[in-house]
Amino acid sequence: MLGLSKKDTSFLIAVIFLTLATPILLQPFPEGSALAQFNAGYPDLMQRFAIYGIFAIGFNILFGLTGYLSFGHAAFLGVGSYSVVWMYKLLSYNVVPGLILAIIMSGLFALLIGYISLRRSGIYFSILTLAFAQMSFNLAYSVLTPLTNGETGLQVYTDDPQVLMDAASPSSPHFFGIVMNESSKIDVGGWLFTFNNGYYFCAIIAIVVFYLSMRIFRSPFGIMLRAIKTNQTRMNYTGLNPRPYTLAAFVISGMYAGLAGGLLASMDPLAGAERMQWTASGEVVLMTILGGAGTLMGPILGAGFIKYFENIFSKINDTVLHGWFSALPDGLEDAIVFLFHPFIGKGWHLTLGLLFMLVVIFLPGGLIEGGTRIWNSVTGRNRKKKQDQGDHHPKPAAHVN
Amino acid sequence: MDAIILQILNGLDKGSAYALIALGLTLIFGTLGVVNFAHGALFMLGSFCAVTMQRILTLSYTIEDPTQKDFLGNPLKVDTPYLVSWFGESTGQALIEWSVPLAILFAIPVMLLVGYVMERGLIKHFYKRPHADQILVTFGLAIVIQEIIKYFYGANPIPTPAPDMFKGSLDFGVLIGYAQNTIIYPYWRLVYFLFSAVIISAVFAFLRFTTFGMVVRAGMADRETVGLLGINIDKRFTIMFGIAAAVAGLAGVMYAPINSPNYHMGMDFLVLSFVVVVVGGMGSLPGAVLAGFLLGILESFASMNEVKSLIPGIDQIIIYLVAIIILLTRPRGLMGRRGVMEE
Amino acid sequence: MSKFNLNRRTLIKSGAAFGAGLAMPTIFTSSAFAYTNEPKGGTVTLGFNVPQTGPYADEGMDELRAQELAVQHLNGEGDGGMMNTFSSKALKGNGILGKKVQFVTGDTQTKSDAARASAKSMIEKDGAVMINGGSSSGVAVAVQGLCQEAGVIFMAGLTHSNDTTGKDKKANGFRHFFNAYMSAAALAPVLKAAYGDDRRAYHLTADYTWGWTQQESIAAATEAVGWETVNNVLTPLASTDFSSYIAPVLNSGADVLVLNHYGGNMVNSLTNAVQFGLRDKMVNGKQFEIVVPLYSELMAAGAGENVRGVIGSMNWNWQLQDEGSKAFVKSFGEKYGRPPSNSAHTCYVQTLLYADACERAGTFNPCGVVEALEGFEFDGMGNGPTLYRADDHQCFKDVLVMKGKENPTNEYDTLEIVEVTPRAQVEYAPDHPMFAGGDLGQCNSGA
Repeated sequence: MLGLSKKDTSFLIAVIFLTLATPILLQPFPEGSALAQFNAGYPDLMQRFAIYGIFAIGFNILFGLTGYLSFGHAAFLGVGSYSVVWMYKLLSYNVVPGLILAIIMSGLFALLIGYISLRRSGIYFSILTLAFAQMSFNLAYSVLTPLTNGETGLQVYTDDPQVLMDAASPSSPHFFGIVMNESSKIDVGGWLFTFNNGYYFCAIIAIVVFYLSMRIFRSPFGIMLRAIKTNQTRMNYTGLNPRPYTLAAFVISGMYAGLAGGLLASMDPLAGAERMQWTASGEVVLMTILGGAGTLMGPILGAGFIKYFENIFSKINDTVLHGWFSALPDGLEDAIVFLFHPFIGKGWHLTLGLLFMLVVIFLPGGLIEGGTRIWNSVTGRNRKKKQDQGDHHPKPAAHVN
Repeated sequence: MDAIILQILNGLDKGSAYALIALGLTLIFGTLGVVNFAHGALFMLGSFCAVTMQRILTLSYTIEDPTQKDFLGNPLKVDTPYLVSWFGESTGQALIEWSVPLAILFAIPVMLLVGYVMERGLIKHFYKRPHADQILVTFGLAIVIQEIIKYFYGANPIPTPAPDMFKGSLDFGVLIGYAQNTIIYPYWRLVYFLFSAVIISAVFAFLRFTTFGMVVRAGMADRETVGLLGINIDKRFTIMFGIAAAVAGLAGVMYAPINSPNYHMGMDFLVLSFVVVVVGGMGSLPGAVLAGFLLGILESFASMNEVKSLIPGIDQIIIYLVAIIILLTRPRGLMGRRGVMEE
Repeated sequence: MSKFNLNRRTLIKSGAAFGAGLAMPTIFTSSAFAYTNEPKGGTVTLGFNVPQTGPYADEGMDELRAQELAVQHLNGEGDGGMMNTFSSKALKGNGILGKKVQFVTGDTQTKSDAARASAKSMIEKDGAVMINGGSSSGVAVAVQGLCQEAGVIFMAGLTHSNDTTGKDKKANGFRHFFNAYMSAAALAPVLKAAYGDDRRAYHLTADYTWGWTQQESIAAATEAVGWETVNNVLTPLASTDFSSYIAPVLNSGADVLVLNHYGGNMVNSLTNAVQFGLRDKMVNGKQFEIVVPLYSELMAAGAGENVRGVIGSMNWNWQLQDEGSKAFVKSFGEKYGRPPSNSAHTCYVQTLLYADACERAGTFNPCGVVEALEGFEFDGMGNGPTLYRADDHQCFKDVLVMKGKENPTNEYDTLEIVEVTPRAQVEYAPDHPMFAGGDLGQCNSGA
């Protein structure tokens, strides 16, 4: 179906189901219970899951397939956001012109940066992309303020032209009248589910671009990209020039990032310069590697993991802890709170750092490998596979480096 | 002309911090082939060695002084450092004042140990893993180190002044025939520059003129062969990691009076130091030092009013602009070798 | 040992019950509420959005302490603090409108994006009716815009840029903290008295919106008292070493250096300037001086002995001796063992002011709260008689001019009050050119 193999089709269907059911799946705990703190099914976070998922999927097309590690993808995210907000300011709150412009602008930007940076490889390439992104950030924060509104972030003012706005148009981002920040809430016996227009808009786009990335992974183009990662020299010898392919991958992933940035501004009509900082570029690298670079689903998992920590763990404070353990005797309660204290609230960075290290140390293939291991041990496939390997490949290749 | 001399002096000083950090980073990369994103954190730990030394020297006992009141109207608690009560006011205060230079003695063993533990406990397991994994795990480690420091010392910068005799500045202009106050240069920055020159020369001399250094250099060139010759190269590389950590730590200790240490100062230097290392050429020690000073001086020039009015915002991007130009004209940085970190 | 016995009969029964549960989900959209997050139960939730990671984490911690204290006082715990000295007596110590006050916290990371994300999660997930806190103008403007769209009240924390109540003002947003214009208006006469009226000033300015508005304000006010502005140099936000900007200052003919920096930037630039020995130099026959227009206790602590004798301004200081300040310092000091900072004071006062406005309006509806706060005159909160001006939602009150203490007796005693500049001197017209271009718009209740 849709040009996919049977296995991929069922995978895609599973992804579609998971994405559409997210508002339910992320609310496992009833409202008002102590564990409701861990629910993530509110519009803003779900939107972020989808948007950063798109960002990471795009990044993975470059990094996962070609092995080129870009440290400057946040620049495209920022360009996308600025494009969308400028379209709000000039035309109207309809997100479509902005998103189209975001993809075009980030594509052009990626073409320029990619054309220059791809003249080098390895860490030299990484530093070139980092340099471009940091230059964009620094300039956007200061000299380019007329264009970006600097520190404050680009936003819509009442005296902006907005030529396509009339009295009936919604005064916040919308898709032909479907207002992004509207949602319907359903209360089912204590569980509160929020179905948000904006989330579904992002989710549908995410599914479409996920499908596209699947096609890219399976296409001859994708195989060509993998060849670049495996052995560029050998590819050169066969008479193929890898540059156009890498550049194409770079531009595609830049457009994914621009789309993600555009969607961020579609959910929330403000574009801040921090989106272009190196920490933001680093974040998508972490998401991809943490989830499992080169796998289809990994980057999305990584994106969800990091965003979940940022938004849920940072909000647990001592009062919340005391609330959870209030049933315990006072001394014990205080001791437990004291024990947890460094890891929650203002200490969420510490928890995240420790988890990074644990995942990288014990799961070299990222979260996706963890998932596979659990799955294999549940189904017992591991043992069978090991036997298989023992039969056919007596020794793993020794010269892998 | 005087403005240019002034900025060259400034640049040399900025550059000496960059060069020291980049030197340590390159030592680790050149010997072990590991991209260490926690190197900025080591620099920060060094600065906090100075803070800790200051804390140790000002360890105090508290007496309540009923004649004075604190902000709540309770009797004021007056802290008197033990040093002051043991050695008298002047000697005690003088010792406290010298806490930053004294911290050097304290920082060397601490940082060697930190480096050793880090290499044996964590980095060792990552030699065969891809660079991306090394980056991720050391980045995670950097966050953890940073958060631990934040937990104990808070997020606010902590003032760590230099000894009184190094306060104020040298009127360098007068020495070379300019009017008063045209070229001034703080004494402590002069100390920092000389200090870094000594450390850099010491590292180079160590690698060039000692047997240990020779073996390490041989190991950098061809690890396998050196191992086959029956030399325990791993042990030596571990020691090199410790030395690199100590170099970063010392850079941090001496930097404490220039800018009050805070827990995220390592991250501020991280990106910059990688740019320096790459511009110098991956794995090249002289390249790292050269690039450090070059970028320091160029950064200083870019902050001159004359230059800024010509190209607005140039000081925001100069480092990156230079990096791009150098990498496009010299594919492996200033002094990089072919084939290092290019795949 | 219990036995789980599943037979046809119980299966049908439980199945029917489950089906009934599924068949009766209450579907409602946001319009079921009269306004965003209308509190339905016995509690009301406030959102405290402060930096908990990054360079301003300590300042955020202090804000959070003050906010927790305010919640205690509102709920009738503790000694009541400023509720006893507050001129409005609507608050009774039984929560707000009889509902017990709860709070949720979030981390702004001092980044606009992260701040909006955490504010959104408080509004969408936790049902917060008001967002309070923050430690930079970029964040304040971003969160203020968000609250306007979402239909909740924003009570700004530390934000000093003219834009927050100037070109970026919003009907749902209120600022208690003072601004760059007020700093300048308070500082100029003191600077003239201390350093004379024929000074030449050299400005170093953080290259972003807040820095520019402050530089513009200070330059205008000092020029009005006869000073000359020799130069204004913009420094990158990411700078940590300011030596190359400070080195040329002495040679420029200037005899005063104005540092329009905040936080880490300010600590570093001041430390660097003192390192260069600027304050020991004589230029134009006068002692060289440094001015830091915006002070905070934490910055002063970070810069250590370098602040000695340096003049700046503050919104409030714990050394004030009026009844309100004394009551607040006492209850804060007894709870946390340290005096509160001025950002803590602002967050505490903002929380009380919000609660009081709800009581007086008789509702949590943002439009009612806006109406109750607009033009509200009050006293007893530490800054003397204060007005929340209706035109731009800016508080007008006395401003403190501070100076670094020469001989601090302890770690909190770094600054001393030079002058309490009366409110009349720092007032300005709502259409002042430095604040022009904005529009409050209509209050948004989210309905």
